Amino acid sequence: MAGKSRSRTGGYAVYLIPGVILSVAIIVVPLIMTVYTSFTKWNGVGDQKWIGFDNYTRLFEDSLFWSSFGHIFLLIIAMAVVPTLLGLVLAAVLFDYIAKTFNNRWASVFRSGFYIPQVIPVAVTGIVWGWILHPDYGALNKILDSIGLSGLAQNWLGDPNYALYSVMAVMIWFQLGYPIVMFMSGLQRVDPSLYEAADLDGASWWQRFRKITIYMIRPEFYVVLVTTTIAALKIFGQIFVLTRGGPSNSTLVPSYFAYKNFFEKAQVGYGSAISTVLTVIIIVLAFVFLRLQNRAEKAGA
Amino acid sequence: MTVTAVPSPVKNDEPVKAKKRRNPVRFAILIALLILLLLMLAPLLVVAINAVKSPADYASNGPLSIPGHLYWDGIVNFWNRVNFGQKLWNSFFTSLIVAVLGVLLSILNAYALGIGRVKGRIWFLVFFLVANLLPQEVLVYPLYYLSKQVGLYDSLWSVIIIFTVIQSAFGTYLLTSVYTEFPTELLDAASVDGAGRWRTLWSVVVPVSRPTLGVLFTFFFIWTWNEFFLPLVFLISNDNQTVPVALGVLQGDRLMDATTTSASALIGILPAMLFFVIFQRTLTRGITAGAIK
Repeated sequence: MAGKSRSRTGGYAVYLIPGVILSVAIIVVPLIMTVYTSFTKWNGVGDQKWIGFDNYTRLFEDSLFWSSFGHIFLLIIAMAVVPTLLGLVLAAVLFDYIAKTFNNRWASVFRSGFYIPQVIPVAVTGIVWGWILHPDYGALNKILDSIGLSGLAQNWLGDPNYALYSVMAVMIWFQLGYPIVMFMSGLQRVDPSLYEAADLDGASWWQRFRKITIYMIRPEFYVVLVTTTIAALKIFGQIFVLTRGGPSNSTLVPSYFAYKNFFEKAQVGYGSAISTVLTVIIIVLAFVFLRLQNRAEKAGA
Repeated sequence: MTVTAVPSPVKNDEPVKAKKRRNPVRFAILIALLILLLLMLAPLLVVAINAVKSPADYASNGPLSIPGHLYWDGIVNFWNRVNFGQKLWNSFFTSLIVAVLGVLLSILNAYALGIGRVKGRIWFLVFFLVANLLPQEVLVYPLYYLSKQVGLYDSLWSVIIIFTVIQSAFGTYLLTSVYTEFPTELLDAASVDGAGRWRTLWSVVVPVSRPTLGVLFTFFFIWTWNEFFLPLVFLISNDNQTVPVALGVLQGDRLMDATTTSASALIGILPAMLFFVIFQRTLTRGITAGAIK
């Protein structure tokens, strides 16, 4: 036994060399450079001037920074909370009702259909919605016009009062498919006899949903919530294409705020501080989620 | 891991099924779901019908009318104006190379971490997990700066190298969990046959894990195809742009009217739909693969 296991130890470290070299060059060094730059004043050329925590104190006094995180909070509702809850109900209906009363084919057709927005490049979904919501030639206002509701027509993406809500609606549309696919696959692990037992006990569909479905797919529930929340914190492409953070910063998000400081305002130090704060938030959040998940799994075991 | 075959659906209890068949509610639910699906797909359908509609037709009949005749000029003109064939090739080339190199790098890393159990593997895994979480904003400026220093700025290769590493961080994490449970008997058999580490990897480990590698390849390809932020920063000249960048930067351009915008959106959607159809089975298997061990 000992001989066998020794024959398979050692000699593997060499396989890590390409991965380590590339990771250092593409991830570790740039990460350290950004953190360092966040303590300096730098316009991208010439020398970096060490200014300590000035970028951070400026950041915490910058109302744009706070409002960009306020927008992220709403986007988490649109990208994580609503799709997860809605996806849970839809996945349960598809798996537990449509697949059983009709057949599995219907359920997979629905699943694929709901998933389609997820496979289209985000920049392209931005173009689709940018056009539909356009105030002059957009489809939505034209449709409202043609059914006599022109009073409801708005400059959906150009009016600071509506822009963020329009983006939120687009994001719900974009995200919904992901939780459905995840939850439907999780439900396949559930032992059918559990449902049969619940049926025999006369449990209603809603009771079964609450007591069995939700309980059984907690692992997927956590994963979906974490990944979609992190995706909301990182959102860039849709904002860039739909609104560029406007009008008057009403849809500004941290990643776009950082991008603007890097490449439009040449305030590289300040942009680095923004992205460093964003990174810390994401990593802390991910580890808190992981801890919660571990605890829940232990409690369930 | 749900990378393996999915279990067959719930078996039906005949009397229960018969009872449900008489229930009219089931059709109400089916119709409600169909309406919801139609609403989800409506934006794409609206794009499709307006992409083949003439501007005059659009002006007089609006966005919901079926085009009187198929008008391809919008698509053709847009295609030629942005030299779309070039963008497709750039996207395809980048995505393919990243998928191949990303899978290779993931295999090497996971072989050392999952099967080799090298010292400090937990820390390597934590590193790859964190690398997965990092927002690209925190890497972008130094990468931009460094790529200029080494002369790779505005080259597809800068994007290829960066995404190979970023994607393989995910791949390493996923594949290590698969390789940790790799059947020891197979490895022992290989070493009894006198196969070294290198031969064992290519003649035993890789063939056995081919389904997972297929999932990774598909994901890397589609993710890279869809990427926007880093290609936007790195690929500034027209000849180097990928599809999402070329379309994204034109948004809001004065030359873009309703039908041209639809045409541009449609030719951005079609490749993605094509991949979706080709890779559908792998995709639905793979989406859940990273999630549950």
